[in-house]
Amino acid sequence: MEEKGKKDNQPLKKDAPRAGDKPTAPEIVVSSSPHILTDENIHRIMHSVIVALTPAVLTSVYFFGLRAVVLLCVCVGTSLITEYVFQRIRGMPTTLSDGSAIITGMLLALTLPPAFPIFGAILGSVFAIAIGKQIFGGLGYNIFNPALLGRAFLQATYPVLITTWTEPLTKAGSVDAVSAATPLALMKFEGRMVAHLDLFFGNVAGSLGETSAIAILIGGLYLKYRGYINWRLPLGYLGSMAFFGGIFWLMDPASYPDPLFHILAGGAMLGAWFMVTDMVTSPVTPTGQWIFTIGAGFLAVIIRLFGGLPEGVMYSILLMNATVPLLNRLTRPKIFGEGGR
Amino acid sequence: MAGSGTILKEFKKGLWAENPVIKMLLGMCPALAVTNSATNGFAMGMATTFVVISSSTMVSLIRRIVPRQVRIPTYIVIIAGFVTLADLFLKAQFPVISKALGPYVPLIVVNCLIMGRAEFFASRHPLFPAIMDALGMGLGFTGVLVVLGGIREILGSGSIFGVVFMTEEVFTPWVVMILPAGAFLTLGLLIGIINYASQRREST
Repeated sequence: MEEKGKKDNQPLKKDAPRAGDKPTAPEIVVSSSPHILTDENIHRIMHSVIVALTPAVLTSVYFFGLRAVVLLCVCVGTSLITEYVFQRIRGMPTTLSDGSAIITGMLLALTLPPAFPIFGAILGSVFAIAIGKQIFGGLGYNIFNPALLGRAFLQATYPVLITTWTEPLTKAGSVDAVSAATPLALMKFEGRMVAHLDLFFGNVAGSLGETSAIAILIGGLYLKYRGYINWRLPLGYLGSMAFFGGIFWLMDPASYPDPLFHILAGGAMLGAWFMVTDMVTSPVTPTGQWIFTIGAGFLAVIIRLFGGLPEGVMYSILLMNATVPLLNRLTRPKIFGEGGR
Repeated sequence: MAGSGTILKEFKKGLWAENPVIKMLLGMCPALAVTNSATNGFAMGMATTFVVISSSTMVSLIRRIVPRQVRIPTYIVIIAGFVTLADLFLKAQFPVISKALGPYVPLIVVNCLIMGRAEFFASRHPLFPAIMDALGMGLGFTGVLVVLGGIREILGSGSIFGVVFMTEEVFTPWVVMILPAGAFLTLGLLIGIINYASQRREST
């Protein structure tokens, strides 16, 4: 029990699960923990993430044109509808305005190839929200990142369509889509490297939002500035990829790509800043976060270099998502006074 | 010993109320492994039905002369005998289906549905109820396998019982549905929907 003064300039949203949530409460509130009073809530965090995704969305439209707009709209729209329908079926209050479904839709669209068909995008969004999120109980209860789960389902459902890539409009020089290989596929199957600068700015073939490292970086740094992501998660993931990729590069620079290529190519940036950092599906303790990110980076490099697919970011994060409940329990800080065992 | 009403009850319980797959979660291995098409599901269900009826008949007949201590090995020998019969029959008459089912026909020996019926029903009941119980269980098992295989075949290949009715132009098959992941997804969702529906019916 604790007494606590309530400040006037901190309005509390009704749905915020915080102590003393009645705006008309008296000056002294008696409540149990947590006692932190802030105006931050799911709504505000999620809308910051949407703002942070804007650079990636804009670059995807710049590089892939109308196609990107269509896919983004379809994914976000389907995600919202699925969320609404499922919450109605479950008899729960609908929480469309918190923005989490919008983010799932956006992230899923950003991981799709530009030429991906509309019906596939709809199926992936329905799967992401229905199976990835609502079946587990909704936001906060999902084990796996919903957007990645939706993409993994599409990868298994349409293995050909989801690996059919097109050149960005800026390179093809025409409106017609020209099919092309991603930098990772070039590296893996043809042993050719793409210039780092192209990877950095995104002038390469790839999924809608993953090509431009700089756009994702801007969004990620904005989230960091707002304090919504922990620096350990993106840096641990990228660092781990660079480290393990670097070991192979040092062993044989001719056949393995350098560490910088690893963190710039494919979905590494998008995964590191927007998927590894998912608040629901990442560990809460510092030790757990280190194990989580280092493990995911290691898996991504191993899949990229030795797996059947050129890209391993998606599976690496999903696999480590599965370990999060265990990591949280394993690395739980000892309560003061708790006996040693 | 028992009236015809109870006999009918023994038959009907396997179809729905105590359905081996969706209510008791028995025989998961064949239910997941071979249901990539409706035909395969039907063949596996029929083979299992044959084995469960025959072994239940046998177990029920000899239930008074088998010592309790060696009953499990006895059941296994009986079941294995009938499984070998079913396996050889499929190989001789339906070589294509036998090949598609692969090692899962011999593996009927370890299907816990059959062992469960022998241990919990046939060894404690007279011949006729035992047969009716086995028949109900076998048909219930077959029904779910056909439904499961049908859903996966429609979505994964655009066909049903091998007849293609959705060509590639109108429907891109979901490859995942004929992969193992599709089996887990379909079975899980099927059981979930059935539980949800029956819960709702109970509450209203």
